[in-house]
Amino acid sequence: MSLENSHKSVGLVSKEFFTFANNAPLRLESGASLGPITVGYETMGSLNKDGTNAILITHAFSGDSHVAGYYKEDDPKPGWWDIMVGPGKPIDTDRYFVVCSNILGGCMGTTGPASTNLATGKAYGLDFPVVTIGDMVRCQKRLVDYLGIKKLLTVTGGSVGGMQVLEWAIRYPDMLVSAIPLATTTRHSALAIAFNEIGRQAIMSDPHFNKGDYYGKDKPNLGLALARMIGHVTYLSDHAMRKKFGRKLQDRETLAFDFEANFQVESYLRYQGSKFTRRFDANSFLYITKAADYYDVKHQHGNGSLMKAFAGVKAKVLVISFTSDWLYPTYQSREMVKAMKKNGLDVSFCEIEAECGHDAFLVANDRQASLMRNFIDRLGLEEGYHAF
Amino acid sequence: MRFDLQIIASWIKEGSTVLDLGCGEGELLSYLKDHKQVRGTGIESSEEKVTACIERGVQVLQGDITEEVTDYPDQAFDYVILSQTLQQVYEPDKLIKELIRVGRQIIVSFPNFCHWAIRLQILFYGYAPKNRQLPYEWYDTPNIRVITLHDFRRFVKATNCTIIKEAAINTHSDNLQGRIIRFLPNLRATFGIFLVEKRPKNSEESSHESKKTNQG
Repeated sequence: MSLENSHKSVGLVSKEFFTFANNAPLRLESGASLGPITVGYETMGSLNKDGTNAILITHAFSGDSHVAGYYKEDDPKPGWWDIMVGPGKPIDTDRYFVVCSNILGGCMGTTGPASTNLATGKAYGLDFPVVTIGDMVRCQKRLVDYLGIKKLLTVTGGSVGGMQVLEWAIRYPDMLVSAIPLATTTRHSALAIAFNEIGRQAIMSDPHFNKGDYYGKDKPNLGLALARMIGHVTYLSDHAMRKKFGRKLQDRETLAFDFEANFQVESYLRYQGSKFTRRFDANSFLYITKAADYYDVKHQHGNGSLMKAFAGVKAKVLVISFTSDWLYPTYQSREMVKAMKKNGLDVSFCEIEAECGHDAFLVANDRQASLMRNFIDRLGLEEGYHAF
Repeated sequence: MRFDLQIIASWIKEGSTVLDLGCGEGELLSYLKDHKQVRGTGIESSEEKVTACIERGVQVLQGDITEEVTDYPDQAFDYVILSQTLQQVYEPDKLIKELIRVGRQIIVSFPNFCHWAIRLQILFYGYAPKNRQLPYEWYDTPNIRVITLHDFRRFVKATNCTIIKEAAINTHSDNLQGRIIRFLPNLRATFGIFLVEKRPKNSEESSHESKKTNQG
């Protein structure tokens, strides 16, 4: 790969929409029904005649369908995984048809609590049913079928996106050639649930929260910003924070003896928090964190046994974890690998040395890039891959 | 491919399943996959080597061999391979028993600490041996187990196992070339390779045990 290629972007992309469950609503795992459902998605590259060169990318908690490229010429930033997805990049849009959709319950084009409830003509708010990772994946499956994809060469994503990868492999074993779950877990630890709960409480105790009915009024932005600040810390690491901020002061030489942001880290978190409120819906925060907390492969698919849960998986699996990820530490990846290997699955596992914590999978990393590129390209060859 | 791995590859039947412990960059498994339709998996502790395996299409798990091997069900593989690693294992007896549980046959190779050059070094110089196969000082060597071909044969017998095949070879640890030593192997071979399986219950001992050599 030439250096020139590595910086090439997929260029302009646009968000598209697919609506289903118009007449018959989708029955969710909770037992509630939801419909119609619209899915916001983006595609790059072209699908081959047999519908077999597709790659589905599942986004993390606060991500969206805008995985790579730009919406407009003058966009300041490309999609969230532009380092990995594009022409000549590890997920090569010259060779593969790449799809990424916003998750159910989200706020970036797919039906969620901010969408209009046709029954009332108002936004759902907390009337939106609690959705699960399984529900999200079922919606993605409808989209994948609609796009004419017969088999996914791979499904990949990190964090909550990694949960969706596992769910795909278990739920639709014949649809996947391979699965690459990154920095993820088969179920949240008490630690992960605890941080999510603090975030939710921050939102729900905001005076503007109004039981989730705040659309068209003042929004619970303070609570949402606080929730984001907490979340952001869990995505970093002690090392990353020491390196990035240390105890450096923000725009001052000495301590101010007040409660303004004296330290750089304080200022940074405030900025991240407030930036987040401009693009994210507080109710979506509640619903998506809940779905992640409820996710439990062992109980939802294996009757209490993780081994049983993975018994039907046919995909080749590449599990990747990161050394400094303390939100979903490596031992949680090892647990899933252990259950897969007891089933005799074709599974590989690599723990990548990385300093930046849970977010490592989003950050440029030669090892991850090279691993994924070679793993995917080899599968393509083995499957008798042809581009278009 | 390293000379000892060439010998090991020649012992493995087509279409079999193989677990390679300490598989390095997956040379052997990749060869077996391409030439013998072997379905193999490796365990390797180094992130860099694991990456190399995955990139050449070899299934591999990053981890500690003594821990990883315990997860597999009984007789999960036709062969379990432990090449040039036994001398670095803290509890070799436990590990070998685990290998015998997981594999129908096991292939073990290790440097022969009884090679004449090593004997002479100790005899004439009085220092712990150091050479191309064993390039370390006593204080930084990963080779914590001193094994000879004789020791291993005795150990196999005591573990209720049988040696099906063995090769004593003269090669360097990273060499592509080498030769098989048939005369005075315990004295002249730098490495030993053994194919071992569990002795069937109630079987006559030595019914198919390899010919013993007591020279050296």
